[in-house]
Amino acid sequence: MRLSEQFESRFAEMLTHYPTKRSVLVPTLLYLQDEIGYLSDEGIAEIAQRLELTDLEVRNVISYYSMLTTRPRGKFNVQICTNIACLLRGGEELLEHCEAKLGIGHKRTTADGLFSLEEVECIGACSWAPAAQVNYDFHENLTPAKMDSVLEKYKNAQ
Amino acid sequence: MADLVSHPDEVRVVSKRFGKGATNIDRYLELDGYKAVQKALGMQPDAIVNEVKNSGLRGRGGAGFNTGMKWSFVPKQSPKPKYVLCNGDESEPGTCKDRLIFEHDPHAMIEGVIIAGLAVGATTGYIYIRGEYRYLLEIMQKAIADAYSRGYLGKNIFGSDRHFDIYWHGGAGAYEVGEESALMESLEGKRGIPRIRPPFPAVVGLWGGPTVINNAETLASVPHIILGGADWYANLGPPKNGGTRLFCLSGHLEHPGVYELPMGYNLKRMIYEVGGGILNGRKLKAVVPGGSSTPILSPEEIDVAMDFDSLTKVGSMLGSGGVVVLDETTCMVKFALRIMKFYQHESCGWCIPCREGTDWLKKTLTRFHAGGGLKKDIDNIQYLSENMLGRTFCPLGDAAAMPTISIVKKFRKEFEEHLDGRPCPFEKQGKIEELPVMV
Repeated sequence: MRLSEQFESRFAEMLTHYPTKRSVLVPTLLYLQDEIGYLSDEGIAEIAQRLELTDLEVRNVISYYSMLTTRPRGKFNVQICTNIACLLRGGEELLEHCEAKLGIGHKRTTADGLFSLEEVECIGACSWAPAAQVNYDFHENLTPAKMDSVLEKYKNAQ
Repeated sequence: MADLVSHPDEVRVVSKRFGKGATNIDRYLELDGYKAVQKALGMQPDAIVNEVKNSGLRGRGGAGFNTGMKWSFVPKQSPKPKYVLCNGDESEPGTCKDRLIFEHDPHAMIEGVIIAGLAVGATTGYIYIRGEYRYLLEIMQKAIADAYSRGYLGKNIFGSDRHFDIYWHGGAGAYEVGEESALMESLEGKRGIPRIRPPFPAVVGLWGGPTVINNAETLASVPHIILGGADWYANLGPPKNGGTRLFCLSGHLEHPGVYELPMGYNLKRMIYEVGGGILNGRKLKAVVPGGSSTPILSPEEIDVAMDFDSLTKVGSMLGSGGVVVLDETTCMVKFALRIMKFYQHESCGWCIPCREGTDWLKKTLTRFHAGGGLKKDIDNIQYLSENMLGRTFCPLGDAAAMPTISIVKKFRKEFEEHLDGRPCPFEKQGKIEELPVMV
């Protein structure tokens, strides 16, 4: 499998961090996912082979971590936190607003493949609630109107 | 990225470099950076441990164990390499403080890890940052690279005969991994399920070697203790609760934010003075004092000192410093449900009481909130929660049970108001919720 130079150099560097190969697995899977969009069968087989693990061992780890996915997602993954601090400041309304706006529910993707939506657990933005992450970017102190302009920004940036 | 706030009552120790550009290594040096580690290089390991022990620094992740004491459990001689592991998997709902340290003062993390290493005789440290905090991982990666390029990490650090390596490590979304033994499993490339203890990590940790695991804020406090001295730090707070804490104020407050206040600061004052009081002048209903896992406090209980021992006395916990304030418009059944939904989602499934308990509780609370509750369910929620307590390998089961028990106990009336198919009194009228399947 051909992966970017950046991935390869980071992978090679990480292997020097630990006494066992397997230790690079979790961050490597996330970097791979960033690169190819999701953890495909081919991607899983590639990592398994590199780390001398079985595909099953890799899948076993993938299924544990909520950021890792074996299904393709939209280009922009909109993650709305509805945990307690966000709940109190309108996180659920924000999620409902996004559902209506994007026309999709939890873990679904728009037909044009641009946006995915996800209700997520606490993302560590409690004092700036309600908050969301689009891919890795934090958006805080949100309102439905602010969320609209956030979504618009990504739509125009594609 | 996150907004910074300030209040005159703040005592800035861990946050003293916030907003001052200290991610830049030269700027960090101007702000007394890397002085503590150089001082520690001239100290005996036992002297470092004692200094931290006497400072009264207690684990900022939630358990509140004396940090120096924890370090003293690491055996002096070990055939296997020893490690320092910084826990930056901040995920406890209500908590957003480590994020600010990584964002504004990453070199303090490096200093803290090196000093812990010098104290216990480790030469390798790992800084584990949760996967969602990608921008912080990048800040940390740069800080580590800069420290290597200056000779502060690697061979012969600061021209001494000591070597120390620090590596970054990113997670991929898992609350459970914040538990120390699950954290090690995750770092070793596995599912984050807890290990059976004993042996404790201080004796058998990462790859079988003795390992010191501390919360990010705990380690970031260490350089200040080394420079300022144990007495100075201890005297910032009440006895046995040294120093300051980053309190994350959130929920129905006029001025939410992360404030650094002395340990033992009065909770009522924290809410009404520092946090600016309840949003829109409404009435207070309840306070989560230390992250979602801590027993909830009623308005009559908030005249309390925010330190580990005082919170224990009122039947709660200081936890991770996440103070979540709930006003009179909050439905406590819904709040209990949201907490349980979280723990059910995050339960790793390893221990049956937690896996089954959180699932049943979530189902019962969902049905209850939707109007399908029976009177006996109220006692059942209590009973199920109590049966999780102390019956799991890690504290996740307790974390799910403790707030639930306290909410049912202190707000039983609200549960009763949901009985007999009545709509939630706090929901907007006309909203029909889908009734879950009865099980």
